[in-house]
Amino acid sequence: MWDFILLVLRAAIPAGTPLLFGTLGEVTAERSGVLNLGVEGMMIVGAVTAFGVTQSTGNIWLGVAAAALVGGILALVHAFASITLRVNQVVSGLALTMLGLGLSGLVGKRYIGMPPRTRFAPLAVPGLSDLPIIGPLFFRYDPLVYLAIALVPVLWFILYKTRWGITLRSVGESPATADALGVNVFRVRYLAVFFGGLMAGVGGAYLSVVYTTAWIEGMTAGAGWIVIALTIFAMWDPVRALLGAYLFGGVRVLQYRLQPLGISPNLLNMLPFIFTILVLLVSAGEAMRKRIGAPEALMQPYMREER
Amino acid sequence: MSDQTGSDVAVAMHGIVKRFPGVLANDHVSFEARFGEVHALLGENGAGKTTLMNILYGIYRPDEGEIYIKGRRVTIRSPRDAIRLGIGMVHQQYRLVSTHTVVENVILGLPGNFFFPDRAARRKLEEFSEKYGLHVDPEARIWQLSSGEQQRVEIIKALYRGAEILILDEPTSMLTPGEIDELLGVIRRMAAEGHTVIFITHKLDEVFDISDRVTVLRQGKVVATLETARTDKPSLARLMVGREVLFRLEKRPASVGQTVLRVEGLHALNDRGLPAVRNVSFAIAAGEILGIAGVAGNGQRELVEALVGLRPSTQGRVFIKEQEVTHQPPRTLIERGVCYIPGERLIGLVPSLSVAENLILRNYCQAPFTQGAFLNYGAINEYADHLVAQYSVATPSLKTPVKLLSGGNIQRVILARETCRAPTLLVAAHPTSGLDVGATEYIRQLLLAQRDQGTAVLLVSEDLEEVLQLSDRIAVMFEGQIMGILPADQADLETIGLMMAGAKKMSVPEVV
Ligand SMILES: Nc1ncnc2c1ncn2[C@@H]1O[C@H](COP(=O)(O)OP(=O)(O)OP(=O)(O)O)[C@@H](O)[C@H]1O
Ligand SMILES: [Mg+2]
Repeated sequence: MWDFILLVLRAAIPAGTPLLFGTLGEVTAERSGVLNLGVEGMMIVGAVTAFGVTQSTGNIWLGVAAAALVGGILALVHAFASITLRVNQVVSGLALTMLGLGLSGLVGKRYIGMPPRTRFAPLAVPGLSDLPIIGPLFFRYDPLVYLAIALVPVLWFILYKTRWGITLRSVGESPATADALGVNVFRVRYLAVFFGGLMAGVGGAYLSVVYTTAWIEGMTAGAGWIVIALTIFAMWDPVRALLGAYLFGGVRVLQYRLQPLGISPNLLNMLPFIFTILVLLVSAGEAMRKRIGAPEALMQPYMREER
Repeated sequence: MSDQTGSDVAVAMHGIVKRFPGVLANDHVSFEARFGEVHALLGENGAGKTTLMNILYGIYRPDEGEIYIKGRRVTIRSPRDAIRLGIGMVHQQYRLVSTHTVVENVILGLPGNFFFPDRAARRKLEEFSEKYGLHVDPEARIWQLSSGEQQRVEIIKALYRGAEILILDEPTSMLTPGEIDELLGVIRRMAAEGHTVIFITHKLDEVFDISDRVTVLRQGKVVATLETARTDKPSLARLMVGREVLFRLEKRPASVGQTVLRVEGLHALNDRGLPAVRNVSFAIAAGEILGIAGVAGNGQRELVEALVGLRPSTQGRVFIKEQEVTHQPPRTLIERGVCYIPGERLIGLVPSLSVAENLILRNYCQAPFTQGAFLNYGAINEYADHLVAQYSVATPSLKTPVKLLSGGNIQRVILARETCRAPTLLVAAHPTSGLDVGATEYIRQLLLAQRDQGTAVLLVSEDLEEVLQLSDRIAVMFEGQIMGILPADQADLETIGLMMAGAKKMSVPEVV
C-alpha cells in the first residue's frame, strides 16, 4: 500500500507539470482580464510542434522553444479578436481550441507511431537524490519539472512585489482606472495573453516530448480544460496553481493505476472532469467569487469612450 | 477669438464640439481657467460638464475645437498626454482598484523602482499628508476606506504626478458634511499654492463657498462665465436651468389614513456580516412621509434593503396593510404595491437595456406587454412613449440604452417606472443625490404628489434639509438604531443633529 502511494505521488508530479505550465500562463492572462478558453488548442499545437521540431533537429530544447513560440502566436490570434476587435472572449477562445485540434491533427499525421529520436535524461540533484524515499520523490525529474517549479515563486514575486505586477493586476481589476493613469491597457493585455500562450505551448511540448515521448492525435485529452478549472481552483494565484496542478496530476495517475483493479476505464476517464466540475461548483457561487477574487474586469473588453 | 490666451491663463478650450449618438454633448464650448483660481463648472445633469473635462483629460477626443495649456496649443490623445501636461482629474465615479492598497493605487503607471515600488512612495505619501492635510493609511485597501478617504487617495494620485491643473468632478456628492469642509480646506490650500482647480458641481452653495469664477453650461452650451462675487444664487440658478427655480416647496397638510407599513423589532446584517440594523420599529400611514435622517453608513441602506426584500432580516417582523410580509421575495412585495427608488441609480435599472425595456421591468410579464412567451413591443413602446413624455425624460430615443442617459434622466426613468401606478408604499433612498436643482425640485414635488394621493412614503436621505422639507415625521438613525421619531413641526436642526451624532436619544413613542 505504501509503495502504491509513493508510486502515485512520484508519478503525480510529471503528470501535473503540463497542467502547471498551462495554469501559470492562464493565471497571467486572466489577471489582465482576458479569459482564454483556447488553452487546449494551444497545448495540442505545442505538443505536435515540439515533437516535429525535436524529431528533425534532435534537440528537445529547440522543440520546446518552438512549441512556446507557436503557442504564443496562437494566443495573439485570440488577443487580436478579443482585445482589439472586442469579440466575445468565450467564442474566440473556443474557436482557438477547435482550430488547434484540427491543425495539430493535420500536421501530426506523419508523426503518428514514430519512435522518439531523443529524450531528456532525468536530472538528479546531486546529494539529495540518493536520500531514501525523499530522493526519488523529489529530486529525480527531468529539467522541465524544475523549470515549472522555479517559475512559481518568480511569477508570484512579479505579481505581488513589482511594478509590472501592480500594473497587470490593475488592468484586470479596473482597466478604466489604469487607463486614466496612463497605462496602456491594450499592451498589457496583449503581453499577458501572449505569455499565456507561451506557457500553454510549453505544457503541450511536455506531453509529447517528455511525458509520452510520442505524438498521439488528441493527446492533450482535455488537459487544457483542466487548466481552465485549475485557474479558478488556484484563485488566480501561482502558488495554489502548483498545489492544484499536482493534485490533478495525481488524479490522472490514479486513473491509470486503478484500471487494472477492474474499475471501469470509462468511469476513471471521467474522474478529472468530475473533479473539475466539483471545483467549479464550489468556486462559482457569487459570495465565493467575491472572496476568492476573480479579476473584476475578467471578460470585459475595454474601450475608453464607452460608459 | 483664438488669441486671448493671456499669460495668466492655465487652460483655454475654444469651440469644443463633442457628439455622441443622438446627443450633442458639447456645442462650441469655450472655457478658460487661470493659474491659482478655483473655477466652478456649473450645470444641470447632462449639461456636458463631465464630457468637457473628459476631453481635457484625454478620455474623449473632441470632434472640433482647440485646447491651449499655458498658452501652448496642444493635442491631448490620452490621459497619459494630459498627465504629462500637468493635468489631474478626480472622476465622478472614482477610478480606484478597490482590492489594491492605497500605495499600489498611487504608484500605478508611474516609472520608478521595478522591485518593491511601494517603498519610496510611502515617504512621499507622508509628505502630502502633512502639506495638504490629506491623511490616509498607505497600507489600507481601497474597499476598506470611506468615500472621503477614497477621494483623498484620488487627489494624492493627481498631486503625486505633479498636477498643476486639478479637475474635480462633483467631488462633494459622496461626502459627509464634515468631509466636505475638509475637502474645501484642501482645495483652498492648493489654490493658494498656485494650482488651478476646476470644480464641477451643480450645487449652488458650493459655487459660492469655494470658487473665484464660475462657468455655467446648459444643454452643452456655455451660457455665462462670471466672477462669483458679482453674482447671486437666484441668477445662477436661472442661468443653469433656464427658468425660475423654486427654493420653497408648496406642502399641504397631510391627510393621514390607515397604517400601511408596520415594522417590529427588525434586525439585519450588513455585507460583512455585522449587525447593521438593530431592533428597529416604526409605522407609516397612508398619505404621510416618514423621513429617515442619519449620517451615511448608520444602517439606512440595510434597513431599506431589508424592507424591499433585497436583504434577509435576522429578526423582527414586517407588515404591509396588516399582512405579514417578513421574508417575502421582492416579487410578492411588488404585487402588494411596494415601490423602490434605490440610491445608486444603476442598481434599479438594467444599464444596457433600452429606456423602453427598463420602463416595463416591473410589469413586463403582464398583459398587454406579453403575449404568450413573447413581448409585445408595440404596446411596450406606446406605454414607454407616454411615460417619457409625462416624466419629461430627455432621451435620444426609446431604444437608447439607459446607461447612456445623464444622471438626472436615469433617475426619472426609475421614478416613472416606480410611481406611475399609484403605489401603496414608496421607499425612496437618496432620491435626489447627484441631481441638479431642476431635477431635484421635480422629484421632491413628485414625492409630495404621491403622498397627497394617499401613498405611504419612506424617505431616506443624507440631505437633512430635504428630510426636513418633505417629511411629516422624522426618524433619526444612529448605529443601526432609531434614536427617536419626531413630528416635523417639532424637529429643529439642532435636536436632529444631536440625535444623528448619537448624543441624544428619545424614548420612541408607540407607533401612530
Ligand atoms: N460615453 C458616452 N456615450 C454616449 N453618450 C454620452 C457619453 N457620455 C456622455 N454622454 C451624453 O452626453 C451628455 C452630457 O453628459 P455629461 O456626463 O457630460 O453630463 P454632466 O453635465 O456631467 O451631468 P451629470 O451632472 O449628470 O454628471 C448626456 O446627454 C449624456 O447622456
Ligand atoms: Mg458629470
